[in-house]
Amino acid sequence: MRKLKEFIIEKLILICGLASIFFVVLIFLFLLKEGLAVFKTVSPLKFLFGKSWYPISEPAQLGILPLILGSLLVTLGAAIISIPIGVGCAIYIAEIAPLKIKEILKAGIELLAAIPSVVLGFIGMVTLVPLVKNIFHLPTGLTALSGSIMLAFMAMPTIVSIAEDALYSVPKTYKEGALALGATHWQAIWRVMLPAASSGILAAVMLGIGRVIGETMAVMMITGNAAVIPKSILVPVRTLTATIAAEMGEAVVGSEHYFALFAIGIVLFVISFAINVSADLFLHKRQQ
Amino acid sequence: MKNPYRTQNIAFFFLFLATLLIIIPVGLIVVVIIQKGLPAINWQFLSDIPRQGMRAGGILPAIIGTLYLVTGAIIFALPIGLLSAIYLSEYAKDNMLTRIIKLAIVNLAGVPSVVYGLFGLALFVVFLKFGASILSGSLTLGIMILPVIITASSEALESVPYSFREVSLSLGASKWQTTRHIVLPNALPGILTGTILGLGRAAGETAPILFTVAAFYLPQLPKSIFDQAMALPYHLYVISTQVPNVDEKVRYGTALVLLTLVLFMNLVAIIIRYKFRKNKKW
Repeated sequence: MRKLKEFIIEKLILICGLASIFFVVLIFLFLLKEGLAVFKTVSPLKFLFGKSWYPISEPAQLGILPLILGSLLVTLGAAIISIPIGVGCAIYIAEIAPLKIKEILKAGIELLAAIPSVVLGFIGMVTLVPLVKNIFHLPTGLTALSGSIMLAFMAMPTIVSIAEDALYSVPKTYKEGALALGATHWQAIWRVMLPAASSGILAAVMLGIGRVIGETMAVMMITGNAAVIPKSILVPVRTLTATIAAEMGEAVVGSEHYFALFAIGIVLFVISFAINVSADLFLHKRQQ
Repeated sequence: MKNPYRTQNIAFFFLFLATLLIIIPVGLIVVVIIQKGLPAINWQFLSDIPRQGMRAGGILPAIIGTLYLVTGAIIFALPIGLLSAIYLSEYAKDNMLTRIIKLAIVNLAGVPSVVYGLFGLALFVVFLKFGASILSGSLTLGIMILPVIITASSEALESVPYSFREVSLSLGASKWQTTRHIVLPNALPGILTGTILGLGRAAGETAPILFTVAAFYLPQLPKSIFDQAMALPYHLYVISTQVPNVDEKVRYGTALVLLTLVLFMNLVAIIIRYKFRKNKKW
């Protein structure tokens, strides 16, 4: 009897262990199930590289190039801002800050990670957007630049904590060796620690960017949502995520528009999958 | 020749600057929300339904909706997440399957939140015909926080020293008995911390509930799990962008309630972790 009970429990544990694989596959299958239908009316090439997105006009034009470029522009801006600041902060926390300050800084980073994105979006709307508008004398502050700044901020916790871990796991002997040879602390960091931690830092940057591409609410609230190909960073743009969030509410289940939004979901899923798998490879490489 | 100590000072100054560029805005955000939101908080705001097209009255339905959603998510995610973590830390061998499971967890954590919303819409709302309901929203949020719970719990389980297991096994206990009576109780604080962090995440997310449960305006409390509900993060989004002329105080007040809820959960998690570290038996 007890053997049977244990047998059942162990099988249950195995099944739950496989749950993550099951859900990833399930998510992908359901995105495909609903999203592939759009390719009955638009060819995949026209969908990915079509220059206009007018999903409710007659006939509907379903080209997501403006949305892809919107996402890329905002992400690129966020990466330029967040990578140096994030990695710099990670080095400061891991190497320079005194123990007490280190704890406070880490708590601050955790705090930032915990703030819901809709709250950050709201704060961005009332502070950052008017600021961008006034500094650049624009008709509206809802621009790609505002989105980039806000998203850079949201990528920081990921970049800082993973890069700090990477620096922390560099063997102490490396640093001690460099110091013993007469290097200054900074020379040891720059020439020895950073190269040794480089694959972990790269993974940190990639995961931070993954977070940026997938971010929805804050970006929808402050980038202005104009689905046109952006000509500069000071105009409103619309990202892939914001398009889904803003339009799915009005799309009729089973309509071409509905299928197209799921097809955008497939694109996002594939991007995040690629980023996560390669970041994982870099992290794994470090451990070997 | 360049003076290496001067280079060091300059470099450290910039690193310090980078840190300030993150920490100061974080502090400012929290302070501003508290300062501008606090005047809006009173008993009516917390206990009344929204009135005058959400420009006055309170936010009770949104608070209750979020509490229902979070509870539903945890009822679904905790058992699966915990058993999954037990599998990874106690049963899994170091083979290809384990590697794939770990990769799946990483990917599950990286799927954009709006894609979870699409998935919830396709599976729970349309395919299983749950409709836009608390059930659909809870399940969607539950799957989203699964990787948080699994990762934190398996770390907690793995940190229990191996000798604890050996002693239990050598006394004749079975593998499951050892896990159930020895490993699990010692890992409980870590599991609790992970669960609460998952709860905080679920409470703050908007995109997954957009199409699976959230009601724009529903001035009554949900009666069953098949009802739509309002939710705090979605309500903040609605009154910030969709409804014109909402008093700034109401917006900041809603942001403050949401932020307090999420930070409170994080604080509880931090306290549990801290107490646990102090009372650690090993």
